[in-house]
Amino acid sequence: MMTDQQNQPVEGLTTDQLIDMYKWMITVRHFDRRAVHLQRSGRLGTYAPLEGQEAAQVGCGFALEKRDWLFPTYREHGVSMVHGLPMDRIFMYWNGRPEGCIAPDDVNVFPIAVPIATQLPHAVGAAWASKLKGEDTVAVGFIGDGGTSEGDFHEAMNFAAVMKAPVIIFCQNNGYAISVPLHKQTAVEQLVDKAVGYGMEGVRVDGNDVVAVYNAVKKAADKARSGGGPTFIEAVTYRYGSHTTADDHTRYREESEVEEWRQKDAIERLKTRLVELGVWSEEQDKAAWDEADKVVQAAIDSMHAQPPVDHNRLFDYSYAELPQHLKEQREEMRQLYGNGGAK
Amino acid sequence: MAKMNIIQAITDGLRVALSEDQRVILLGEDVGVNGGVFRATEGLQAEFGEHRVVDTPLAEAGIIGTSVGLSVNGMLPIPEIQFFGFIYPAMEQVITHVARVRMRSQGRFTCPMVIRAPYGGGIRAPELHGDSPEAMFVHQPGIKVVCPSNPYDAKGMLLAAVESPDPVLFMEPMRIYRAFRDEVPEGHYTVELGKANVVKEGKHISLFAYGTMLRVSLEAAQMAKDKGIDVEVVDLRSLAPLDRDTIVESVKKTGRAVVVHEAPKTAGLGAEIVALINDEALLYLEAPVGRVAGYDVPQPLFSLEDIHAPDAKRILHGIEKVMNF
Repeated sequence: MMTDQQNQPVEGLTTDQLIDMYKWMITVRHFDRRAVHLQRSGRLGTYAPLEGQEAAQVGCGFALEKRDWLFPTYREHGVSMVHGLPMDRIFMYWNGRPEGCIAPDDVNVFPIAVPIATQLPHAVGAAWASKLKGEDTVAVGFIGDGGTSEGDFHEAMNFAAVMKAPVIIFCQNNGYAISVPLHKQTAVEQLVDKAVGYGMEGVRVDGNDVVAVYNAVKKAADKARSGGGPTFIEAVTYRYGSHTTADDHTRYREESEVEEWRQKDAIERLKTRLVELGVWSEEQDKAAWDEADKVVQAAIDSMHAQPPVDHNRLFDYSYAELPQHLKEQREEMRQLYGNGGAK
Repeated sequence: MAKMNIIQAITDGLRVALSEDQRVILLGEDVGVNGGVFRATEGLQAEFGEHRVVDTPLAEAGIIGTSVGLSVNGMLPIPEIQFFGFIYPAMEQVITHVARVRMRSQGRFTCPMVIRAPYGGGIRAPELHGDSPEAMFVHQPGIKVVCPSNPYDAKGMLLAAVESPDPVLFMEPMRIYRAFRDEVPEGHYTVELGKANVVKEGKHISLFAYGTMLRVSLEAAQMAKDKGIDVEVVDLRSLAPLDRDTIVESVKKTGRAVVVHEAPKTAGLGAEIVALINDEALLYLEAPVGRVAGYDVPQPLFSLEDIHAPDAKRILHGIEKVMNF
């Protein structure tokens, strides 16, 4: 049931695609670092960083089709961007703006689920709907290692297998649920072992190997599209930073452990590989980081350029049609606070 | 026109929904081959197939959670929660997702669905089978909560709920599922959600009730009539949103009111109606608004459930208390 993917050149994956993935990975990393800095300087709220997990997210995103569905946690900025969620929207979300949750009409990225694992049944349901409609669309439900302890993980895994839903449960095992390490989270040796109990195929990959992740997800997606049912993927990775900007990871782990993982850094590994393949140079690398900086800066500028939040958004989407009592409450708000928004 | 009881009217409504809209899918525990523990889905799997009337694993959060995904991806799920008191494992899905998808995505995604849930005591099943937790859901913005009291409304409100662009929690008064029959039209018709129904006009006092308590309230109104009290009985039908105009108008006319529900009294729907009357019709009141409700105790085992839920005697007592203020 389990397979180990090696970091070998992949059939169908050109060096151009590898370079694209690399560029995305550094863009995601740069985005993440800027987001942490923006939080520190008071221009974003609490933010959940992902540095260290770029390969898991970019590899996953590249293996999917535009029409596929993502049901993310609060740490899926990378894969969401790759799938088409505009970066400025992601900044706006962490800036506390409701517009941050709006995916473009042709981008099937569900809003971030704050309660742990609750998005997995949604992924299974969306996949089930695709199956009922005869569409070859795949849904991916994201989860971390801690989330596998939740009841909704169990119910989603069971439903997915029973309904043979075209879904991928993509688990980024980054070793910690805030402060709690994996060995206190579960008695299984590896999370992929859980798949067996549901009669589902499980695959464990090196989550810092973007090609391995790409392959695992591509294979699972192809299987799902052709009626083969769900797959559980455990991508083994690590977050270098804290759970969120409100957390201090030095309270629960040694710096030496972080350093050990930095030695396995996915971006460095892919860069080395590209250089070895003779398709990448230091000059190109510098240019790529500069380009990433431009892209991220443009998204930050876009966030800052937004007018003050329109107060009416507090009410506008509570129901399809606003009930009378909410119209009255909205009117009371307008009287007291005005409409906000663009002056 | 056929005469049907409530359960038959619901089955008929589900059949119409399945026939009219290919997006409709029924899912839940035992709803397929078994036709549901109350037989609400009797014969529907045989008629529409196992892909549209689906026996699910025994997992309420999974049932509601997958319904969210089904709905956002274009289906129209009608999940059944076998007993309303069994919804607690799915509370998280209802509160954190079902009710919030539209708001959270600012309208980019919506998740219309009809969650069917039989509620209330009186069927001699233990404890949680008899719970009435509607106030917890009325408190959560983003979801509608409705409750029919008769076969005609049951079918018409169910079909209106299916057409609702917002998720609807459809409470079913299981104690009176088979208590009486009414004429129920064939085919499609709807009873607008959000509208109360003045079932009996009266001039001395307004009685607000819903679901199982409606007929008990009518019985109490008859007893009051013998004592010279002319009671107006209003079937709320929609608990969220409330039909505030009908409630306020009735109180302005009678000057007195009592709210009746089986759910516990404290922070129940009655408290909200008292507050509404306080806001909108205080100066019309001749007496404080009364509440006749389940006692503030957990749903008891069945030897005690008949005295737990309000009966006509207790409602009459509540009416007299307000009249004699």
